[in-house]
Amino acid sequence: MTASAPERTSTSRATGAAFIFKKALISALVALVLFSLMIGIRTEAGPTGQLIYWTRFGDLASMVAIVFGGSIVVELLRQWWGAAGTTIRVIPPPVQTTLAVAGRLVAPALLIFALLVPVIFYHQRYILDLGILVLTYVMLGWGLNIVVGLAGLLDLGYVAFYSVGAYSYALLSTNFDLSFWVCLPLAGILAAFWGVLLGFPVLRLRGDYLAIVTLAFGEIIRLVIINWQSLTGGPNGISGIPRPTFFGIPLTASDNGLAAKLGIPFSPTHRIVFLFYLILALALLTNWVTIRLRRLPIGRAWEALREDEVACRALGINTTTTKLTAFATGAMFGGFAGAFFATRQGFISPESFTFQESALVLAIVVLGGMGSQLGVALAALAMIGGFELFRGLEQFRMLVFGLAMVLLMIWRPRGLIGHRAPTVFLKQSQAISSDLVKEGHG
Amino acid sequence: MSGGDILSVDHLTMRFGGIVAVNDLSFAAGRGEITALIGPNGAGKTTVFNCVTGFYKPTSGAIRLTPANGTAIQLERLNDFRIARQAKVARTFQNIRLFPGMTALENLMVAQHNALMRASGLTFLGLIGAPSWRSAEKHAIDQAKLWLDRIGLLDRADDAAGNLPYGDQRRLEIARAMCTGPVLLCLDEPAAGLNARESAGLSELLLSIRADYGTSILLIEHDMSVVMEISDRIVVMDYGVKIAEGAPREVRDDPKVIAAYLGADEEEAIAVMESGT
Amino acid sequence: MDYFAQQVINGIVLGSIYGLIAIGYTMVYGIVGMINFAHGDIFMIGGFIALISFLVLVSIGLTAIPLILLIVLLVSMAITALYGWTVERIAYRPLRHSFRLAPMLSAIGMSFVLSNFSQVAQGARVKPVPPIITGGYTLLEQNGFAVRLSNAQIVVVVTTIVLLAIFTWLVSRTRLGRDMRACEQDQTMAALLGVDVDRTISMTFVIGAALAAVAGMMYLLYYGLVDFFMGFVAGIKAFTAAVLGGIGSLPGAMLGGLAIGLIETLWSAYFSVEYKDVAAFSILIIVLIFLPTGLLGRPEVEKV
Repeated sequence: MTASAPERTSTSRATGAAFIFKKALISALVALVLFSLMIGIRTEAGPTGQLIYWTRFGDLASMVAIVFGGSIVVELLRQWWGAAGTTIRVIPPPVQTTLAVAGRLVAPALLIFALLVPVIFYHQRYILDLGILVLTYVMLGWGLNIVVGLAGLLDLGYVAFYSVGAYSYALLSTNFDLSFWVCLPLAGILAAFWGVLLGFPVLRLRGDYLAIVTLAFGEIIRLVIINWQSLTGGPNGISGIPRPTFFGIPLTASDNGLAAKLGIPFSPTHRIVFLFYLILALALLTNWVTIRLRRLPIGRAWEALREDEVACRALGINTTTTKLTAFATGAMFGGFAGAFFATRQGFISPESFTFQESALVLAIVVLGGMGSQLGVALAALAMIGGFELFRGLEQFRMLVFGLAMVLLMIWRPRGLIGHRAPTVFLKQSQAISSDLVKEGHG
Repeated sequence: MSGGDILSVDHLTMRFGGIVAVNDLSFAAGRGEITALIGPNGAGKTTVFNCVTGFYKPTSGAIRLTPANGTAIQLERLNDFRIARQAKVARTFQNIRLFPGMTALENLMVAQHNALMRASGLTFLGLIGAPSWRSAEKHAIDQAKLWLDRIGLLDRADDAAGNLPYGDQRRLEIARAMCTGPVLLCLDEPAAGLNARESAGLSELLLSIRADYGTSILLIEHDMSVVMEISDRIVVMDYGVKIAEGAPREVRDDPKVIAAYLGADEEEAIAVMESGT
Repeated sequence: MDYFAQQVINGIVLGSIYGLIAIGYTMVYGIVGMINFAHGDIFMIGGFIALISFLVLVSIGLTAIPLILLIVLLVSMAITALYGWTVERIAYRPLRHSFRLAPMLSAIGMSFVLSNFSQVAQGARVKPVPPIITGGYTLLEQNGFAVRLSNAQIVVVVTTIVLLAIFTWLVSRTRLGRDMRACEQDQTMAALLGVDVDRTISMTFVIGAALAAVAGMMYLLYYGLVDFFMGFVAGIKAFTAAVLGGIGSLPGAMLGGLAIGLIETLWSAYFSVEYKDVAAFSILIIVLIFLPTGLLGRPEVEKV
């Protein structure tokens, strides 16, 4: 099934140093042409508005040298891996079962760790903030996983529902003074409503058409938010969004704040910890519902839809409503996450809801291994955590992120967790290899 | 077994652009009977199936299903999934269409979707784990077990359907169709790719389905040993029209049928003739 | 009426640019069945390379504008084509027979790489150039409103027509074109009949990128600016054009490009500039709902 297999045998035959050198030379030559103008010459609008340029041949030379050296390293690695890869690739069944057992321990361990994070890192605000961010993406990933991983519907505009949730909360709370706990379900319901509204006409489209329509929908929502200034504040966004309360008790330094009521000294960390547990609870709710739904007829119908839509129809399954429920359920969790995002930030603007967000969440789902809850959580941790490592290199971040996406897809096209767990079993639950699992056409 | 026709196809015509795949075809399938639709490749048999099961909208003509309670349903007016759900017509496919990444058991659970959906209170009762849902689920699993046992796959219930041998997949697909509780079972070449022993087993399975459930069966088949053994009535098609219809013996000796097969495919013609001797 | 005529002219010019990009989408989709998300960014790279080579040529003392434009066109086509080739080689070829989502995400990743590469290499600010081609004709003048056809517009449309003619010849009359059409039908069979599938697919990307480079240069000539982020929106709109025309159909891509260009300009002229992209995307959704295979696409018969 691996497409690169024949290629590997043909390259491993020619292992000589001359071959590697020649290949590196060609790569360097290609790099020289590619970078000649883009790196070798730097343009900028000068003080008078006239474009000026200066040369950077040193940078160009070092980039070409890096490509040359990198190409040699990659080629050596590939030959080494090609020799070792054939034996590693086929994992013997006993190892697989051991891995499966280990896998079953990973999830509880992660959960316990997540619960303890605020205790361990109480004084490290940065870690807590990062944890909240990771959990937000875990939740978004789990929400999108319902649509993409289970139902096999490609949604490139998931951020639309995230933004609907965020703006619902922001507008409802600032205009009508509704509390977070009233707005949260409303945000979810509104997002689900938009999901149905979008889904109804487009769900008969298949594959890439559906992908592009969802992308267009995400952009439309964003553009409307930018331009409908009287309602949304346009590009300036909405600020002063109320912070969440501990079920009505504000987390402030005031006399009726939680700290005062409990008789402990106030600390701003209380709110961060509260937010952390809030998003953890929301994410776990998403997870719990998804796991339950998978074992219900609706969830099985989603997966069956991903496997074979025609067969579903032959069995009397209404594929339109089945797709709509998947879309709406995924959108609802996106809406919840959006409401949380708004209350956490206190400020939202269209900038937070670009296509990049959709791509990031989709990458988390696919890297996680379509349909695997644990995989999505691990992928979110890896992606967002990895993303944070490059915080210092602000302008290189997206470059590295893009490269990582490409490399990860080449490395693991089916994601980190490449098997599917059955939803019901008679004797023994056997993991199903991802080679058998379809990824849907819709 | 009550008499009468369960399915009657009247003047069915199906055109694709300029091509007439099925031309003014009329035939009937008897209640509780096994009706075979045979003919050379490209005769339009699968197109008829797709019209009956709603995957194609016929260009003209009527398809009427009369279940035991007597209220006739015009199938050409229903969408595909409604035909399966309301008219209780189930089908299998020429190229097996199981859910390969789901286990054999899961395949049979999906087949009971509509009943389970009601039992789960459109998911909400199921989400809170209501006792009524639990018992319905248990019942569905028992039903699936029954069918797995019947097709000899109980041991492989937890294997992915895509990992099963070809013959097992064919039988699993029939079991899955039966799990929808159909009144009419449409089988598109169920014996294709099976060896002689498996074919004999298939004949047995189909006869037992009819005997135990009274399900009427409409099948397309090229394996004449299966067709001649189990069919009550045979409809022969060629180039989109019906060229013969009747009991196996009548059809076997019909010179038009032999000519159609000789013109089309020698092997099959010989099969028709040999099964007559 | 005059106002309308002016908008139609502007729409056709914009549509030519979209059409040139759309051809790259539709070719790649036809042959490998994937949305090349990085294609919009290839267009952006083409614009940048045109800008830089133009600056260099002017500064070394070249003054003949037609000569400069010709050199700029060839240089940006050549270098951008190499970008297209490299992207295919690095990000898509290893995933050729993989699962459907993997190449799509790889393409999205590549799109981020390209746009941020030019942000890092050339800075985030918009790069303006003074009008390169000036002058034009007044077609008719009425009630103080003149319908103008600028020389830049003429250059854009004429270049598009000439390149489309060459491209059509390439696809319909040459060995390469035949190989491309064969691969589109059935790659395995084409390979068995001696077509070098890898090379043909590479060439598809190369040609698509070269046309995108032309579009990038035309964009630069017409609007007088480039920036690292312009690939995304232009890319989505060109893809919309490809879908509108019927994906896989080359004349459809051009037709779709013109349609999107006209819709966008007319919408901006008569309704609101702010919502012009919303209009384009809404049209996409509406067309797909009522005409799922686009204007010139072949209907897909569902095999049961």
